[in-house]
Amino acid sequence: MSATESPASTPLLAVNNIEVIYDHVILVLKGVSLAVPEGGIVALLGANGAGKTTTLKAVSNLLGAERGDVTKGAIHFRGERVDQLTPAELVRRGVVQVMEGRHCFAHLSIEENLLTGAYTQALSRSELRDALERVYHYFPRLKERRASQAGYTSGGEQQMCAIGRAIMARPAMILLDEPSMGLAPQIVEQIFEIVKDLNVRERISFLLAEQNTMVALRYADFGYILENGRVVMEGSAQALGSNEDVKEFYLGLASEGRKSFRDARSYRRRKRWLA
Amino acid sequence: MELIFFFEVLVGGLLAGIMYSLVALGFVLIYKASGVFNFAQGAMVFFAALAFVSFQSWGWPFPLALLAALATMIVVALATERVVLRKLVNQPPITLFMATIGLTFVLEGLAQLIFGTDVHRLELGIPDDPLEIQGMLISTFDLIAAGVAALLVVALGVFFQYTRVGRALRAVADDHQAALSIGIPLQHIWAIVWAVAGFVALVAGLLWGARLGVQFALTLVALKALPVLILGGFTSVPGAIVGGLIIGASEKLAEVYVGPFVGGGIENWFAYVLALGFLLVRPEGLFGERHIDRV
Repeated sequence: MSATESPASTPLLAVNNIEVIYDHVILVLKGVSLAVPEGGIVALLGANGAGKTTTLKAVSNLLGAERGDVTKGAIHFRGERVDQLTPAELVRRGVVQVMEGRHCFAHLSIEENLLTGAYTQALSRSELRDALERVYHYFPRLKERRASQAGYTSGGEQQMCAIGRAIMARPAMILLDEPSMGLAPQIVEQIFEIVKDLNVRERISFLLAEQNTMVALRYADFGYILENGRVVMEGSAQALGSNEDVKEFYLGLASEGRKSFRDARSYRRRKRWLA
Repeated sequence: MELIFFFEVLVGGLLAGIMYSLVALGFVLIYKASGVFNFAQGAMVFFAALAFVSFQSWGWPFPLALLAALATMIVVALATERVVLRKLVNQPPITLFMATIGLTFVLEGLAQLIFGTDVHRLELGIPDDPLEIQGMLISTFDLIAAGVAALLVVALGVFFQYTRVGRALRAVADDHQAALSIGIPLQHIWAIVWAVAGFVALVAGLLWGARLGVQFALTLVALKALPVLILGGFTSVPGAIVGGLIIGASEKLAEVYVGPFVGGGIENWFAYVLALGFLLVRPEGLFGERHIDRV
């Protein structure tokens, strides 16, 4: 399992066998490798605590702020090593993370939130207006709420605001962490539609961490399944979606009806041992 | 006559209050952007004023001394960010608070080491004669100080509300992590905030220095800013102003009208009692930002 087996020959982002340790003692990622091709949507799947968020933060280098450290491996973006860059430098190169839980600036208006996204760009006034219009084109809802304080908008609007803010930085790639968290299924669908739209029309690549495996696989081209800080399975979204194990453990579908939780656990433990 | 006297006390108090606001402003700026209560703000006021009078005593003309003092404060801000804050990123607020206490002693020591311990007179060239308006005697100096404070607040307001950096400052104040994630470099922002706070400290130091003389006691002026902050809220620039006005006015009025019954000397502690009472009713202050929680 290495970057050479990845879906494209020269991936936009290549994560090679990284290990992440928090607080010098807690080993969270134990050798994760993955690749995101230019223009791709890649899903990072797995249960709570599998290491999805840590992987994204290792790429965006937000780990430093949480006393995490990439101790082994390498991360390449467009063929250049980026693991030692500051988050600001990464944003300037085109990698922006949309964090889990939205993290809008609660006391700023929606429009001000969007404007902060262009901080690294140093745009002129008219360029800023164009950039705003571009975001409003994809998220008309945000235009209606542009003057509202972000803290008082709904979860879906905040998610849109967070993604819109990231787009303002003109990224080549967005690291999107749990966009479906806490949102109604309809809104989730709407947001994934926009993600797909951005992918197709703006050529933004996505690395997407999701617990909602079903939705994520429907919109992604390729997927990795993380368990306990390791990649245990990878494949095209289609292959993963039809894989019996994935169906059973992540989609809650099994070929011979539902298995009892007890069976699943022992089976799962064995699988992990083999992995 | 009685009424005129009342208004004279009131206006005097309001104008004195503005002087408190000036010091409180520095606290608010840093607290807003980094969540740190900067204990060293008083020391910065002292440092700025001492630097200015020393430059002047070296024979530098007023504008040059002012610019040099401003440059000094910016250097102090950059050094603080580099040496203290950067090492303490992601530490709990209490750690940062302790660090600013340490910074206080460093600044006080440094100021006296470089510029000496003498008490200096500070002459701004502002007349301090009372001005008679509608039968009330009002200090010209206080009026001008209030004007300067007003200008400063407007300038800060515009800066925070309408500029790219100002917006980034407010963003950082709201959510460090998110600010980092969209590429706002926290280090720059903190350096800028401390530099702005240094500038405010310089203005406060000049006005207070002209009042009290530039001496070590200037550091204690910061203590007067505390009740102002509690009243106005730690995160609000207008709050610092209104808080200062209320504290200044009520202090003077209490001294004049309540003082005689309790033997005087109220002015020194009345503000703290007021603040204490306020804490019970509205702990976030008059204009403090409400914590927005979605449930």
